This record gives sequence, C-alpha cells and structure tokens, in this order.
Amino acid sequence: MIPELAHFLCVLGFTCALALGGTGFFAAKFNQAAWLLAARQLAVLQFLTILGSFVLLDISFLRDDFTVQYIASNSNEALPWYFKASAMWGDHEGSFLLWVLVMAGWTGAVALRGRSHSIDMHGYVLGVLGLINAGFLLFLLSASNPFLRAFPLNPTVGMDMNAILQDYGHLVHPPFLYLGYVGFSVAFAYAIAALLTGRIDAAWARWSRPWTNTAWAFLTVGIALGSWWAYYELGWGGWWFWDPVENASFMPWLAATALIHSMAVTEKRGAFKSWTALLALLTFTLSLIGAFLVRSGVLTSVHAFAIDPERGVFLATIVAVVASLALLLYAFRASKLRSQIAYRGISREMLLLANNMLLTLALAVIFLYTLYPLFYEWLTGGERTSIGPPYFNRAFVPLMMLLAACLALAPLSRWKRTPLALYKPVLIMLVVSAVLGLFIPLVYAGALNLGVSLCVAIAVWIVASHLAELYRHRRSLALSFVGMNVAHLGFAITVIGIAMTSGFSVSQDLRLSVGDEVQVGERTYLFSAIRNVEGPNYVANQADFVVGDVLLQPERRQYTTRNTVTTEAAIRPGFTNDLLISLGEPVGVDAWAVRIQEKPFIRWVWLGAVLAAIAGVIAVCDVRYRRLRVRELTAAQVAD
Amino acid sequence: MVIFVMLGSVVTLGLAYYAMQQNLEFFYLPDRVVSGEAPIGKTIRAGGMVVTDSIERSDADLTVRFELGDLEGSTFPVVYAGLLPNLFAEGQGAIVSGTLDEQGLFHADQVLAKHDENYMPPELAELHQPE
Repeated sequence: MIPELAHFLCVLGFTCALALGGTGFFAAKFNQAAWLLAARQLAVLQFLTILGSFVLLDISFLRDDFTVQYIASNSNEALPWYFKASAMWGDHEGSFLLWVLVMAGWTGAVALRGRSHSIDMHGYVLGVLGLINAGFLLFLLSASNPFLRAFPLNPTVGMDMNAILQDYGHLVHPPFLYLGYVGFSVAFAYAIAALLTGRIDAAWARWSRPWTNTAWAFLTVGIALGSWWAYYELGWGGWWFWDPVENASFMPWLAATALIHSMAVTEKRGAFKSWTALLALLTFTLSLIGAFLVRSGVLTSVHAFAIDPERGVFLATIVAVVASLALLLYAFRASKLRSQIAYRGISREMLLLANNMLLTLALAVIFLYTLYPLFYEWLTGGERTSIGPPYFNRAFVPLMMLLAACLALAPLSRWKRTPLALYKPVLIMLVVSAVLGLFIPLVYAGALNLGVSLCVAIAVWIVASHLAELYRHRRSLALSFVGMNVAHLGFAITVIGIAMTSGFSVSQDLRLSVGDEVQVGERTYLFSAIRNVEGPNYVANQADFVVGDVLLQPERRQYTTRNTVTTEAAIRPGFTNDLLISLGEPVGVDAWAVRIQEKPFIRWVWLGAVLAAIAGVIAVCDVRYRRLRVRELTAAQVAD
Repeated sequence: MVIFVMLGSVVTLGLAYYAMQQNLEFFYLPDRVVSGEAPIGKTIRAGGMVVTDSIERSDADLTVRFELGDLEGSTFPVVYAGLLPNLFAEGQGAIVSGTLDEQGLFHADQVLAKHDENYMPPELAELHQPE
C-alpha cells in the first residue's frame, strides 16, 4: 500500500508541476497577482507531494518491502538501517526521484522568497521551473518508475546494494551534488525570465545571485565530497581521474564559477548583461548534459548507470528541447540587453573578463576532451577511443595557473580603472612569494620540482594579497567582501594541495608476506599479521601494518550477496601528509599484493573547496540581499 | 580587445584540439590485435575476456601474465606489474592500457575490470553478442 501511495503522490506532484507552469506563465503574461499567488502555492504543494512520495518510498526501503522491484534490486535485509535509507538513491530510478525532489525544493524556496519581485519576473521564473520539473517527472513516471511491484511477488532478501555505495559518502555526496546541479535551474529560470521581460538590471542580479551562489556552494561541496570519497573508498588513493562523469559535474561548476563572477559585473556595473544570461542558460544546460551522460549509458565510467538506450533518448530529448528553446529565445531577445560602460587597463571589469575567458576556455577544453571520443565513435561507426588524464592536465593546469595569477591582483582592483600605484605592494608580495614558493616544496620534500614551486608561489601570492586587503578593510567588512576573499583563499589552499600531492606523492605496489618489512619513502612498514573478519553482510581479510607507533588495518572485503570485492584502504590522515595502505589480492602462499602510499597535503585539496563553499554562503548572507525587499517595495511605490 | 579575446580563444582551442588528435588512445578487440591492425609502440587500449587458466604470477614480485581473448579464439598475451582491480578474474572482461611490442606482447600500465557484477563496459559488449 505504501509504495502505491508514494506513486500516487508523485503523480500528484507531476500535475502540480504542470499547473505551476501554466499559472506561472499566465500570471506573468497578464500581470495577475492572484494567479501568481496560486502559482506560489502550487510550487509549495509540488514540493510537499514529492517529499511525501520520497519519504514513503524510503520507508518501504526501511521496511524491506522487496515486493517493489527497485527495492529488491538495490537493498538487502542484512544492511544497517542507514544504508537501507541511502540505498534509495543507489541506482538510477531512486536517484532520479531525489533529483526531482531537489528540483521541487528549489522551486518551493523560490516561491516563498520572491515577494519583492515584480509579478511578471516571479511568474516566469516559477513557470519555467514548473515546466522543467514536469519534464523530469514525466521521465520518472514513464521511463524510470521506482514504485513498481515485482511480479510475480517472490519473497526475497533483496539483491543488496552496490558494495562501493555502502559507505557514509553515499549518504551525503549525491544529495549535495544534486542540490548544486539542480539549483542552477533557478539561475536558468531567472535568465529566461529576464529575456522574456527584457530586463537585466541590478535588481535582477540581486535576486538571482544568492540562488546561484548557494547552488554553487552545494556543488563545490558535492564535488569535494566525491573526490574525498573516491580517495578512501575506491581504495587506491586516487582523488581525481578526469573520468567523464566527474567531468560532467565539473563542467557546470566551471560555468557557474564564471557565472557568479559575471553576475558581479552585471549587478555593480550593469555590464556583461547578455553574457551573464548566456552563462546562466549554459550552466544548467551543462547540468542536464551531465545527467544525460551519466544516465544514458553512453559513457564508460565508474559512475555511469548501465541502463537501456531508450531512456537515453528520452533524456536527450529533454536536454535538446530545454537547450534549444533557451538558445532560440536568447538569439531573438539578447540584443535587447545592452550594456554600455567604459573600463580601462587592469580594472576590475578587465580581471573579471579574464576570469570568465579562462574559465570558459577550460570548460571548452574539458567539453571537447570528454565528448570527442563519443563523437569520433559516431563518426567512424564504432571506433572507440579515449583521452588519458595527462592530456587533460596539460591543457587544464596552465589555464588555471593564468587564472590564479589574475586572482592575486583581484582584491586590490577597482571598477573602471585601477591606479597603477596601488599594485606596488602586490609586486613586492610577488617577489616574496616566488622565494617562498621555491623554498617551501624544497624544504618539505628535499627535491626541486619547478612545476610545484610555480603553483605554490602563485598560491602564496594570492594568500598574501588577499590577507593584506582584508587587513586594510578590517574596520568595515561587508560580508560579500569577506566571502569573496575567503573563497579565493580556499582556491589558493586547493592549488597548494593539488600541487604538493601531485608533485611529491609516493606510491609502491609490492608483493609482501607476513613478517616482511619494507621501506617506502622515509618510513618502514611491517606487515605483522593477517586474519579473517566478518561484517554484517561481508567477510574480509584484514591485515596489520605497523608504521612507527601507528597500526594500520587495510581490508579486502567480499560482499556475499552480490559476490563483489572492495578494497578498504587504511589511512592515517595528517594535515600535511596522509599514509595509505591498500590490500590487494593474494598472489601466492601467504603473499599479498599491497599498495603503500604517501599523499602529502591531500587534505588541503578538499579543505580549500569546503572553505570556498562556506565563503559562497557568507556572501549570500550579505545585508544587501536582505535589505532588498524593503528597498524594492519603496521603489515600486514610487513608480506607482 | 574583442579581436584579441577571440584570437586567444581560437588559438588555445586549436592547440587543445591538435594535442588531442595526437593523443587519442584507440581501442582494439583481440581479433584486431592479433591481425596486426593495432599499432606497435603507441599507447593504446585493448580488451577481452581473461582466458581461463592463463594467469601466471611471478614468485618474486607482482609481475603477472595473462591472456585476453574473444569467443572466436583470438588471444593475445599481456604482462603487467602492479595491483590488479578487485573484480579481475578468469572468464571476466578486462581492459588494458599500454603498448604492444613487436612480439605481440602487450605491456600494460593499467588494467581495468568491471566495477560490479552486472556491469559490462560498452567496449566489451559486442564480445557477448557476436553477430
């Protein structure tokens, strides 16, 4: 009964979404306040019905209702309850329900928050969001239905959850990622509304910026969580693979990063208007393309759901319809969005233009490298190719280093024109940073690596120039200014982490027997014991490694139901160095394949990202977004 | 200014495209490796089923030799030193990345297996449906 109720609520959510689309557009087109009120209530109702549907299906997971096909395929009665709950989004259908729920959540939030908006702007935004979610819900209900019963009703214990997903990372990584991905639909809807009404002004930017920042912060955390999770759960110490599905989440992130910077120019200077609108359309389109790549089975990837091509066609249709309508609208209406301002030299506008150019180029390169193999296969009728991670790095890293160099100049820059004298202290900092950049890696690793030194030098330069500027403004700190600075510091920390861990990681694959002692890097590792242990739904080999006074116990687990093996690396985390041991397969009598690694500064990669995400939220809390309502209301009264 | 921006973008993308053309790693099934279609000494990827009873391990280090084959009986030998993926097993699909030498031996830098028991890499799907 419960799954049927969930199904019913989901259908109800679909009708709400459709009705929301209609009423929103009607309210906007004919300036009807009453219809707008109806649209807002529908948006909230849509969220409540889909939330109800989601919760009820999750309850069925907790109750081990294996008569539901999706639950039987993805859960097991031996799972701990929290994994049963998260098994819900372990496969395509359930994760798409989560996606739809998140979409409805953002829509509801927009409905509740936008009271200061003009009727047409708010109506169009809600209408667009409603129509998009109606498309998603149609796809869910017709082609990816998670509520269906398994006939005949065979009592089973469940096929079990994918072993790699039985981890805390799975509780948080997909929800954060979706909150980011899907959140860009709000920026998209605002851009469509702007094109329809012909208005992109400071007020528009102030309405849409907080949404974009928040979604960006979620996506940043989501990607960082994914990287951290891959690092410890996949078991081999990798944290970024340029895997097509990682790229699918990274491309919207790059576009959104460009967007939040471009929005700053639109808000403060009334410039980059049509470019901002285009980026907003592009960002969400890239989210959709990402969803298509992950869910259509066209890509080979750790993440890709292996599913039938018909769904791929359906999803491709959604992407094509949304993107082509948006771009058509843009082509016809963008000329109305004129911006006329002047700026010269190293002004803030110029730096932000450079930021947008470099991010867009990086995005274009990753797009090309990710999709070209697909295109090539289609062109040659089945010839399969791929592009290795080193080539991604070779194209991506130089662009990011240029971006980082511009970033060091950012906090000092002024709108219109920056007096050159202002840059004098930054140049002094550059010299000091160059020396530090050369020596920090040298002292840390005892080896010279020019690439690492260059990255560290630029990162230190960014830190110095931002801290100096924060200190100079210490008596009057606006939250948006603090947010900008903290985000940039986070970026610098991530750069240091990536440079150090890429340059100085140590990794050795060894054949070891119990009692063997090996030296890797500067430490000695003793393989002291191996035993069998038993978990709730797996059996495992567990090894003991002694490093100094630390005991590390990597495991190799065999999950019984699906007969899969996972490697549970043992990690000794450290602020400047991680030790990581993974236990591979047995390679003879008493001998095991073992990988021992040192990962310097790996934590900094994620620390910086989390800091940047927090900064995004800090900026949203700026008082000017809260005052907005009052000011807009008075402006509206004056207009009357 | 606009011209400069456009020019810079075009040059960067052109370079990226050129680099990509040079570095595409092509994928070969066993029959094309055996027939000599696969280039020697260039980084490529190849895949097939791990032939039963073909896995030989060294007693001294992690060097392992095995054969990859298809259903028609084409097989080629692979040598690899390192940790094998968890689901690597005889009779299962695997993809190797590395170079082929003149004797037809594939020196793998990386071995990939499927990541769960239901999943088949698209590259290997046609091995199961010979048409």
